[in-house]
Amino acid sequence: MNTPSGKLPQRSALVTVFLKEIRENLRDRRTLISAFLTGPLLGPILLVMLLNIALNRELDKAEQPLSVPVIGAGYAPNLLDALRAGGVVPRPAVADPAQAVRKQDADVVLRIAPDYGKAWRQGEPVQVELFYDSSQREAGTAVERVARLLEGYSREQGAMRLVARGLSPATAWPLHVARRDQATPQARAVLLFAMLPYFFVITIFMGGMYLAIDLTAGERERQSLEPLFANPVPRWKILCGKLAAICAFSIMSLLITLLAFAVVGRFIPAAKIGMELDLGLHFAAHVVLLMLPLVLLLAVLQSMVAAFAKSYREAQTYISLLMLVPLIPSAALSFLPIKAQPWMYAVPLLGQNLGIMQLLRGDGVSGVQLGWCLAGSTLAALLAVLVTVQLYRSEKLAISS
Amino acid sequence: MIEARDLHKAFGRLKAVDGISFCARDSQITGLLGPNGAGKTTTLRMLYTLMSPDHGQVLVDGIDAAVDPLGVRRELGVLPDARGLYKRLSARENVDYFGRLHGLPEDVLASRREALIEALDMADIADRRTEGFSQGQRVKTAIARALVHDPRNVILDEPTNGLDVMATRALRRFMLHLKDEGRCVLFSSHIMQEVAALCDRIVVIAHGRVVADETPDALRLQTGEANLEDAFVKVIGSEEGLAA
Repeated sequence: MNTPSGKLPQRSALVTVFLKEIRENLRDRRTLISAFLTGPLLGPILLVMLLNIALNRELDKAEQPLSVPVIGAGYAPNLLDALRAGGVVPRPAVADPAQAVRKQDADVVLRIAPDYGKAWRQGEPVQVELFYDSSQREAGTAVERVARLLEGYSREQGAMRLVARGLSPATAWPLHVARRDQATPQARAVLLFAMLPYFFVITIFMGGMYLAIDLTAGERERQSLEPLFANPVPRWKILCGKLAAICAFSIMSLLITLLAFAVVGRFIPAAKIGMELDLGLHFAAHVVLLMLPLVLLLAVLQSMVAAFAKSYREAQTYISLLMLVPLIPSAALSFLPIKAQPWMYAVPLLGQNLGIMQLLRGDGVSGVQLGWCLAGSTLAALLAVLVTVQLYRSEKLAISS
Repeated sequence: MIEARDLHKAFGRLKAVDGISFCARDSQITGLLGPNGAGKTTTLRMLYTLMSPDHGQVLVDGIDAAVDPLGVRRELGVLPDARGLYKRLSARENVDYFGRLHGLPEDVLASRREALIEALDMADIADRRTEGFSQGQRVKTAIARALVHDPRNVILDEPTNGLDVMATRALRRFMLHLKDEGRCVLFSSHIMQEVAALCDRIVVIAHGRVVADETPDALRLQTGEANLEDAFVKVIGSEEGLAA
């Protein structure tokens, strides 16, 4: 009987487990769809949809002709010409401007008083009224546009009156406000892309999810963990082989999603709304680097959570709950404008989030930030591995009943 | 040779195994007989190092399981109570996986695997994915993967559980074949006829203790019962848990 003599080669068991997990899962349609299709493509598709809506709205409001019902248009032909020049299309009057605005029949209604002409000729101030509903957020741009046109017209006419009286127009406006917006085109994109880091995390999650469930809960449910542990291989090697397989699937998912974002990024007309978006190779390479320790950490966390579950379904529920955790830094950062401190980069998830936002702003990630980020997440991942190895030693783990 | 020396194992307050000692010798089939819940599976799990005993010692070919569990596992072929296969792998791939985990070189693995496929008469299913296998086909595959490293000692936990008559008979023939090859075969069962037909030695377990450790003939003689089933009932002291 030729029992293998001497020591087994150190690595072979780990590699054997890894290769078997990869082969087995490549044959599972559900895993493949989740890891290589729905997971990685969810983010890019959602992004395109959201962007399209946002872009169309911005472009509509900024450049498209804006139709505004005008009451008493006949009293102020010159004012209306000025509005027309600014892209406003006057519409016939409505009976009740307040109702029209509240019912969203119109974004904004302009009312000109009947005595406009008379007051204007006498050089007295006249009032025009703008009806709008500030709780209708989409109407904001339209209101802003009409108001600005009216103010512009007012200034222009005022200046002409001063000149006619031999005064410099500057006397009436001692203060001139010059706006200097420091947002780079990339920075403007950030607001829209605050959820991007979360998409990457979700992708990593979904890439490895089914493998992680299979690792303990699945093997136990189909009663194959006990025979597996009867082999002369230390349990930590089996665990590490499986973790490696989860990581491989997760990284593959991440690469697919980055590729999809790069393709989508080329077709987003971001420049039209004054944004600049770089989702190319430089961005992708940095994201992969930032995410590497997180891939391991998430793989371990998923396995750990699944190890506590009694069944496949239970494991699935736990992991779905775990998936909400990475939402916290993404949500927090988009609602609370936190000034990033160096230590924050060392916090797993938060560090990646900050780093990716930096990349999107076009500021790049400094070596120190990258170092903190990698060190913090790697440390957390290794700790989690140690805990899971410990958990994997438990006698109860292998027993199904 | 497999030796259990005064094994104890408790789960909480329940003493599943309470001082079990026996010895399974080479070229013999040893039957671990007992009613359901007597502690057979727990005893076997300690033998193949899935669990460690609270007290006592396991020796396989002289290797102490507490000192060198991997060494013990290398000497053992195990068909556990749980015998799940990887359903997306074929029978051959299932066997190969375990062979590689044992560190077998590819050529040795191939020849062992094919020999087992022939001996277990499973050539027709060897390349099919194991999803949808019958109970008998599953047990055959599980046995093939348990024996792929050519172990001197074989532990089978209720191997005929759920098998039909033909599959049961084939399995019994295979166990006798293993014995003829000089291996130490230890199996558990709660079925009298099976134990009577196969065993050179019967270890009867009840309530976590060994209540008899004899040859079938000696057991009949000791209890004064001509029928082995009656002898069994007599040594365990009740008919509780006795099936089939």
